[in-house]
Amino acid sequence: MLPKKELGLLLLLVVISAVTAVLNPLFLSGVNLLDMANLIGLFGIFSIGEGLTIITGGIDLSVGSVFSLLGVIFIDLVANRGIAWPFALMAVLAGGVVLGAIQGFLITRVRLQPFIVTLCGLLIYRGAARYYTDDSTMGFGYGNDADTLSWLAAGRSFGLPHSFIFLILVAAILGVVLHKSVFGRYLFAVGKNEEAARYAGIDTNLVIAGAYVLSGLLAGISTIFLVFYTNSVSPSTFGNFYELYAIAAAVLGGCSLRGGEGSILGIVLGTALLQVLQNLVNILGIPSSLNFAVMGTVILLGVFADQQLQKRREAAIAAAPERARPVAVAEPG
Amino acid sequence: MLELAGITKVYPGVTALDNVSLRVGFGEVLGLIGENGAGKSTLMKVLGGVVAPTAGTIRIGGQDHAMLSVTQSMRAGIAFVHQELALFENLDVASNVFMGREPRRFGLIRNKHMHDRVAPLLVRLGADFGPGAAVAGLSIAQRQLVEIAKALSIDARVIIMDEPTSSLTLRETARLMTTIGELRRDGVSTIYISHRLGEMKTCADRVVCLRDGRVVGELARDEIGHAAMIRLMIGRDLKALYIPPDAASATCGCELLGVTGTAFPGRQVTLTVRKGEILGLAGLVGAGRTSLARTIFGIDPVMGGEIRFAGQPLAIASPRDAIRHGIYLVPEDRKRSGLILEMPVVENITLANLAAFARIGLVSRDREASVSSTQRKRLSIRAQGNQTPVITLSGGNQQKIVLAKWLSMQPKMVIFDEPTRGVDVGAKNEIYKIMRELADRGVAILMISSDMEEVIGVSDRIAVMHEGTIGGVLDRSQFSESNVLRLAIGQELEAAEVH
Repeated sequence: MLPKKELGLLLLLVVISAVTAVLNPLFLSGVNLLDMANLIGLFGIFSIGEGLTIITGGIDLSVGSVFSLLGVIFIDLVANRGIAWPFALMAVLAGGVVLGAIQGFLITRVRLQPFIVTLCGLLIYRGAARYYTDDSTMGFGYGNDADTLSWLAAGRSFGLPHSFIFLILVAAILGVVLHKSVFGRYLFAVGKNEEAARYAGIDTNLVIAGAYVLSGLLAGISTIFLVFYTNSVSPSTFGNFYELYAIAAAVLGGCSLRGGEGSILGIVLGTALLQVLQNLVNILGIPSSLNFAVMGTVILLGVFADQQLQKRREAAIAAAPERARPVAVAEPG
Repeated sequence: MLELAGITKVYPGVTALDNVSLRVGFGEVLGLIGENGAGKSTLMKVLGGVVAPTAGTIRIGGQDHAMLSVTQSMRAGIAFVHQELALFENLDVASNVFMGREPRRFGLIRNKHMHDRVAPLLVRLGADFGPGAAVAGLSIAQRQLVEIAKALSIDARVIIMDEPTSSLTLRETARLMTTIGELRRDGVSTIYISHRLGEMKTCADRVVCLRDGRVVGELARDEIGHAAMIRLMIGRDLKALYIPPDAASATCGCELLGVTGTAFPGRQVTLTVRKGEILGLAGLVGAGRTSLARTIFGIDPVMGGEIRFAGQPLAIASPRDAIRHGIYLVPEDRKRSGLILEMPVVENITLANLAAFARIGLVSRDREASVSSTQRKRLSIRAQGNQTPVITLSGGNQQKIVLAKWLSMQPKMVIFDEPTRGVDVGAKNEIYKIMRELADRGVAILMISSDMEEVIGVSDRIAVMHEGTIGGVLDRSQFSESNVLRLAIGQELEAAEVH
């Protein structure tokens, strides 16, 4: 059975979809559904990485700029320097890991706040990308050899966009990692109480840095998907605000910014909900200028509803008689 | 002057207070004792106006109230000195005293005026700091004075002190006792809540005991004594604390050879904790006991000297290393360092040894649950189930979870830092029993404690720390409060007592 939080989110997703479908049946057309699935895939992959950093009690504001920097590097390697795509791909993934590792190092060893470190990352990577290209848009020329990769990133199998299939794969793997593995348990422990985790012998620095490395790796993977989605990268706008989509998806999916809470399924459902909302704005003819406003309102309502439910649950725990002893009032004397 | 009559508080499914009647006279110090969960906190919340009683009346200055609001309680002159001090560290003393009641003009705070009003209060309490001192720089005892000054500033007639001495040094405790005496002379009453029965003997005019939400007895000034109080609290006589070991302890164990930590550079600690013994570590707060524990456990770096176990030198650079060598710590502040409160019982118990429950990195929940259930039964932990969040348990049961975590592993040495702080009498004895069992299995036990009764009652030997180094080690035949105190303040033992 699904946990209550995810169930609620799924229900919300179904209700909003149903209402939209009734108002405009085109919502359920094959083209629209495939388009949404593709976007959910694109955004979901890096949102999961974002979620991991949020579970450790941190945040990663740099992902949007990572896309831009790694994106221009990738296109430059493939289109201008004629590097074979497998090598360019490896370079981008390694780049993501390295950037994540640097941020993880600054956060755990130098003890800088995650918000500051990744905010500076956001500024630096974006600036580097723009400098690298002289602020001009980069695209693939004709007749390069990245067609295989292009198919891998933007093609379809079994009628489903590859980005979506890949998201399911990533979610399945990281779902097991987060909810079943030792590392996953450590992530929650560190997010809830880093000091107690350290006293239990956990190498908390390694665990936290690990979350940022994973976030960097997933950002690297997303870069490839995004590059082949747009086919060109203009370094000043590519991936702008995407970190905020990721944070929104994670929070909507039950990750608490205080750390120690969240689930992979929740993050995926959160991403899906955001994309459905975007789609709804388009398909119902709501002025697209209201796009962000609609999203903001729904996130606010979602988080508010969740908080109310949480309160009620806590009250129920407090009221529950704990055998012989009035535990709710037992502490401290 | 303050009278409670038939106060009852019923929560769904639980009666927290059952027909409690209580009277505090003018300038009287009323001691309030009882195990955790006996209803002391709820009763105090009723007085503070935080909890509304289901039935009963509160009479203040001849007026009857069915319940109090927070403002009414404050106006009636009831003030709290909290267990966990509720001060704003980033502000100065005067701002804390007047928090929420700042004298103002045109919406701006009148700083000078505020300071002028706080200064005489501090003088009256014998404080060695002024109204402009930053709270962040004050010791816990000094902060307590700030809280008392706050109480005096609202013309408090009844001050409620909840476990005020739990983090005070002996000298600071004595100072607080004097302050309470001075307040009594000025006609201010005190309700004094504490687990430290010795303090009751020192300061209380009368002691009332709560058990399971009921008043179970009252002791007049001349009846107040340890045995009588304990009998009231647990409803039976307590056996002596000391449990003799099965066999004499080994000569070897964990040796500290000139160990220097970060807290006292230049001071060395040389000490042997033998396998199979409980070595009490006494000393004033700030003598370096907790720092020593942190150094051995790898939280603070070892700056000099060597830690050996059974003759083998150990390299300890992190808690991870210490745990690998079988050295475990039950920390002083279990809520901050010992437990992840929001996590369930089972996950707290297995956290330090999770890899043992995992295959190819994946945790087996079944094996976790079975170990957790075993430990819960073995330590008689009162929790509904393995999945109960630790935060809902009482202090004693929380401490047992910390113990369960280490007991489910292979301890060679366990350091207990204030193991029974905030733990009720019944659970205390269970914890002592567990310590003795561990020692009898050949584990070396180092027990840091500021509770004199505990140090003398439980230890096989006592080491006393003084300013970062070991002032002396006492054998059982030398145990006495005066000997421990003498070493703690840096004096020599009297010649006749030295062997």
